[in-house]
Amino acid sequence: MVDTLWVATLVAMVAGAVGFFTVLRGSTFVAHALPQTAFAGAAGAALLGADPLLGIGTFAVASALGVGWLSRRGRSDVATALVLVLMLGLGGLFLALSAQYSSQVYSLLFGEVLGVSTTQLGPTAGLTAGSLVALALLGRPLLLEAVLGAAADPRGRHRRWLEGAFLVLVAVATTMSVPVVGALLMFSLMVGPPAAARHLTDRPWRALLLSMGLALATVWASVAAAYLSNWPVGFYVGVLGAGVYGTGRLWAARRRRRRGAHLAG
Amino acid sequence: MPPVPARGAQVLSVEGVHVWLSGREVLHDVGFEVRAGEFTGLIGPNGAGKTTLLRVILGLEPPAQGRVIVGGGPGATSEGAGPGRTAERVGYVPQKVVVDPDLPLRARDLVSLGLDGHRLGIPLRNRGRRQKVDAMLEAVDAGRLADARIGTLSGGELQRVLIAHALVSDPALLLLDEPLANLDLRSEHEVVALLARLTGERGVAVLLSAHDMNPLLPVMDRIVYLAAGRAASGGTDEVVREEVLSELYGHQVDVLHVRDRILVVAGPHGPREADQAAGLPEPPGRTRSRGV
Repeated sequence: MVDTLWVATLVAMVAGAVGFFTVLRGSTFVAHALPQTAFAGAAGAALLGADPLLGIGTFAVASALGVGWLSRRGRSDVATALVLVLMLGLGGLFLALSAQYSSQVYSLLFGEVLGVSTTQLGPTAGLTAGSLVALALLGRPLLLEAVLGAAADPRGRHRRWLEGAFLVLVAVATTMSVPVVGALLMFSLMVGPPAAARHLTDRPWRALLLSMGLALATVWASVAAAYLSNWPVGFYVGVLGAGVYGTGRLWAARRRRRRGAHLAG
Repeated sequence: MPPVPARGAQVLSVEGVHVWLSGREVLHDVGFEVRAGEFTGLIGPNGAGKTTLLRVILGLEPPAQGRVIVGGGPGATSEGAGPGRTAERVGYVPQKVVVDPDLPLRARDLVSLGLDGHRLGIPLRNRGRRQKVDAMLEAVDAGRLADARIGTLSGGELQRVLIAHALVSDPALLLLDEPLANLDLRSEHEVVALLARLTGERGVAVLLSAHDMNPLLPVMDRIVYLAAGRAASGGTDEVVREEVLSELYGHQVDVLHVRDRILVVAGPHGPREADQAAGLPEPPGRTRSRGV
């Protein structure tokens, strides 16, 4: 249980931080697609009897690079959809060929945080440290690009490189998180908390920290609730993620109304 | 603060630039100079090549012939001709910036990113930087907007903050791509007056593209008129004349002075529909004028 909580904590920090930039850049579709391509990797690894984490990582990073390579002028929706469809097709094939399917598929799609083993703690901690350092380095250029788009770097020196690095970060966050919260619900952890954080503060770096904090709270509450109720963790993450976002919007709307009333009065 | 080039020093030189895009010559032998402390208007109808020219100056579009030299004085000269070789001291206000209203970013943060947004690493709290950002916001009359979310700003307010963002690193040259598009007349007037004041106060050279020269007439030191990929430059009186513009457009155009405004319209044997698609002015009768 303690290891479980540690892994879940690390996953939440990375998902909250990477998700923040995903939401700001408007690339939540990528955050939705990459975990699902990772699902194909896990299915392939199961078929070959390899470590699922390895399969997930390989497929997620390959998909990220594919999206980065195919996208044009910062528009990645079509490229993402193509990569997603290709990978889902492969995942379906791997599953059909594989003998032991349903229970494993279920845990890959919806997560199995309580089944996290001690051996996952080391790699997860390493990936967390790497991702957070990389985000700290890339934070300012990523933020600037989220505001001005292509014009952030009119001389176009870093743009492709920055896009690629960011997609690989999303892939790494995915690799860590899929075994814990599942491919389908990874999305809720990478989108709900950051989207809520945007509404709660006007300051970018404070919003980033808030996003990580909300992701942590969501995951802790979900793990505790799943442990007590025996319902899937994914259910709680999904519901709480959406709930956090809804609360954030309501709070922002109330604040705006109060400020409006104050100005009018 | 880096040394401000003396007023009148050359900060941009465009020499005999030709650009071909998908088999069509978009710029033909374009050449002009921009000097420190001067306000230069890059005027021309839609499709004349204004944005392409700005891209060439930024080093994004390599010219097929000719060269672009950007520099703030001796030693600071660098060639902008080619995507790899770029000028560091150019501030840029892009065309059509649309801001997500949910973006957690204040005006102050955007200006601060103009100072060091390209750098890697975590921004640390720094009193000097904060003062510089505050002073820059004051300089564009946006001091009271410092803590406003940029998604809540009006068009004119956002334009002022974007100018602060571009100027805070003290560039020698400020490029603005159609900054007056979509502004109401009052904001348009404010932005033009602000830019004119900044050229005087800071010695920066302003190169602003616009399809309508009229809002700029009171402040322009120099005009670069671009039509059908060709340019004429000089004082407004030298350039905006029938014989000069007719030569540029390749057919007769009339230059009409209406009170303090200038209208450029196609003459009696003006372009047909096909030519208009190439960015030539509309014939009289269909010309829309602007009231002031």
